[in-house]
Amino acid sequence: MDITVSGKEHLITVRPSGELDHHAAKLIRTKIDDEILRTGAVNLAFDLSRVTFMDSSGVGVIIGRYRKITALGGRVFLYGMNENVEKLCRMSGLDKLTVMVGADACGKEVF
Amino acid sequence: MKNEMRLEFDSKSENESFARTVAAAFILRLDPTLEELAEIKTAISEAVTNAIVHGYGECGGTVVLRGIIDGDEVIFEISDMGVGIADVEKAREPLFTSSPQTERSGMGFTIMETFMDEISVKSRIGEGTTVTMRKRIEVPQYA
Repeated sequence: MDITVSGKEHLITVRPSGELDHHAAKLIRTKIDDEILRTGAVNLAFDLSRVTFMDSSGVGVIIGRYRKITALGGRVFLYGMNENVEKLCRMSGLDKLTVMVGADACGKEVF
Repeated sequence: MKNEMRLEFDSKSENESFARTVAAAFILRLDPTLEELAEIKTAISEAVTNAIVHGYGECGGTVVLRGIIDGDEVIFEISDMGVGIADVEKAREPLFTSSPQTERSGMGFTIMETFMDEISVKSRIGEGTTVTMRKRIEVPQYA
């Protein structure tokens, strides 16, 4: 997983790759939280373009980070999902909690 | 024609991807669409994760995945011999989770219900849980 930090927008962008299930979730959760603490960023973007599979454990990671980030007064962005991942995100209501950009749009336009 | 398989594995999170990959490989000869494959893999992943996280937790145990192909229908059964579910109806409610502190989204059963045609849950406290799910695979139309 890549993590990039943009100081200007107080934004962290995380780019997980492969399968975002319960096993992977355990590993990336602390990585993201450490980075939020270390950088003092208040906005968080998930670039999901390299995620080939996601289940409700991946949704749990995003909801958990959403709680942290909104407590800091920031926002969470989601983009780059493939069709199946996008369907799961919408089914779980992530489109109501985050700024979610669908597969047909270019993620960069969000910022 | 009927075909059956059975897989037993340790209750370890690294086996979640193993189980859903085996399930997908088992049904490949029915020529499912990529969407059907993704739906089945996700449903299997939810049930197996439930068995590992809630059924066994820290104690560990054996998860059993049984797959049956019956004509154009696939049936998967995921069983654990763990703690069991006290209130199955409650557990199946969207957003319900028994362990909010661990960031479970509470969407597992909802996802299984949405992605499969039918699911049923049998559970007894102290004896374990079996989730059975069925899905019909559309026969491809070669015009």
